[in-house]
Amino acid sequence: MTTLGQVALAAVALLFMLSAPAFLSEHQIHILIQILFFAYLSSCWNILGGFTGQLSFGHALFLAVGAYTSTLLLLQLGVSPWIGMLAGGTLAGALGLFIGYLSFRYGIKGTFFVLVTLAFTEIARIIALNTSAIGGASGLYIPIRANDLWHLKFVNKSHYYYVIFGLLLIVLAVTAWLERSRAGHRLVAIRENEDAAEALGVNLLRYKLLATALSAFLTALGGTFYAHYVTFIDPSTLLNMNMALEITIYSIVGGIGTLLGPLLGAAVLVPIAETVRAEFGHNYAGVHLVVYGALLMIIVRYAPDGIIGLIRWLREQWTKSRLLPAHQTSEAKP
Amino acid sequence: MTSALVLQAIVSGLLLGGVYSLICVGLTLTFGVMRIINFAHGEFLMVAMYATYFFAVGFKTEPYAAIVVVLPGLFLFGVLIFHFLIRPIQSRDPLNQMLLLVGLSLVLQNGALALFSPDTRALQSALLYSKLELGDVIIGMPMLIAFVVSILITLALYWQLRFTELGRMIRAAASDRGAAELMGINVNRVNMLAFGMGIGCLGVAAPLMMPVYYVVPDIGTFFILIAFVVVVLGGLGNFVGAMLASFLVAIAQSIGALFMPGSTAPVLPFLLFILVLLFKPEGLFGRPAR
Repeated sequence: MTTLGQVALAAVALLFMLSAPAFLSEHQIHILIQILFFAYLSSCWNILGGFTGQLSFGHALFLAVGAYTSTLLLLQLGVSPWIGMLAGGTLAGALGLFIGYLSFRYGIKGTFFVLVTLAFTEIARIIALNTSAIGGASGLYIPIRANDLWHLKFVNKSHYYYVIFGLLLIVLAVTAWLERSRAGHRLVAIRENEDAAEALGVNLLRYKLLATALSAFLTALGGTFYAHYVTFIDPSTLLNMNMALEITIYSIVGGIGTLLGPLLGAAVLVPIAETVRAEFGHNYAGVHLVVYGALLMIIVRYAPDGIIGLIRWLREQWTKSRLLPAHQTSEAKP
Repeated sequence: MTSALVLQAIVSGLLLGGVYSLICVGLTLTFGVMRIINFAHGEFLMVAMYATYFFAVGFKTEPYAAIVVVLPGLFLFGVLIFHFLIRPIQSRDPLNQMLLLVGLSLVLQNGALALFSPDTRALQSALLYSKLELGDVIIGMPMLIAFVVSILITLALYWQLRFTELGRMIRAAASDRGAAELMGINVNRVNMLAFGMGIGCLGVAAPLMMPVYYVVPDIGTFFILIAFVVVVLGGLGNFVGAMLASFLVAIAQSIGALFMPGSTAPVLPFLLFILVLLFKPEGLFGRPAR
């Protein structure tokens, strides 16, 4: 595909996404928002988990920091969520630096880093459940107002759609920049072979911390969006192991460490989740994870590069069959 | 009065530690085989608890009777999972193996949710309210039984690993796969048995726990987090370490519950865990890592 073709394709996709609310129902927009939301979170996770190869099951924590910070600032001090969003992001980035510094300084990686991030999330969950000043187990409600851009409050779902779409474009731009920049190449070098990267002069600690902080900061922005879209936050939905796993699964199923993998993963999985949920109803929160778990196992076992990997493979086969028509299986058949 | 409370907390902690150790000894055994932490261990426990529940309800027996079915059942389940899911990707990146087990845990947990609903299920046991009273300290009979049996099983497993031919083969396969193969050990078969044994421990744990605990589809998540803490504190793959760490964690929890505000005591194991991972990653009782 030429670069011109790619640009045209991107323009058409952009135009389609921008005009989508005009011809979709409220419910369809809701599903689209969920796709974009999880694509966003998973793209943020992908910077640390995919590009840098440091798997984290603690991104629910950064999400919750973003949601709680902006909500508390709004409820206590009347601060606009847009400012709260940046405050939450900064706080989450600092927390990411702290967790990352503790772990990476001692060379903790792989499954042990996973466990450290899980432990921090669990500590946060227990503390949040027991702190009445931030709502405790009963959570926090955000009062509903009329349309108010400054307070991130809209009557119409399509406005939220544009907010999350904007956030997604930002994280995709950051990721695309990482793919081309020196810093990004260093992150990938760390993932592929830490020792070799270090031998070539990559400062492991600095670049791992950079990835952690960036990933945490962006994830927290999504938390603020979540709080205002759902208008209710509590520890058991946000600081929950399933939430942490879900964030990672979209990337892995779509194609870990790729620009569009998380988006593809969310676009395939979220509609499946919606269907399963419609079948089982609200008492069975999480039942869609049967499908997610099964797909995760299949992908890990048979297609570690995810859906993107499958597409690449199919395209290769197609090119091969065009170049070498004699080997086409369809012609071999009588 | 306070000292009596503390004493009671220590005893309750010890008993709870017995339950933890039964779960964690199995987890540490499977770690020895796979070199990765089994994320689905809690869900195997959940499966064993449901199996115990349905056995005891179906045959109108005491939960303990379910051991005759649940133990071999879980062993077989573990062997099959190892053979069909873990063995084919054993040579791959450990994180890949971990993700496969994460997938398995999601399927089991939420499959149970779809099949059995989120309702809690508990069993009646004749022993539930019988207890020993030693001065001010009260010991519930089901917890005492769980405690004694779990210690016996841990010691039996330790002895088996240490002094039997199969144990020697398991240890050899865990410490150096290639060398073990050269010595004529069928590493795949040995690992399959060891994995089955690790999961089989849960087939004993569940019937011992069911008189006191109820079962819900996500019960595994609660125990697995504690179990991760315990096996890391104990030194991964270290049996006696896992047992001691179980007691340590459980006692810390029950004493913490006396002094810490609200229900914040559960953070203690995780704080301890982070500290140990950072400063003594080979575990509290560890010789240095392999």
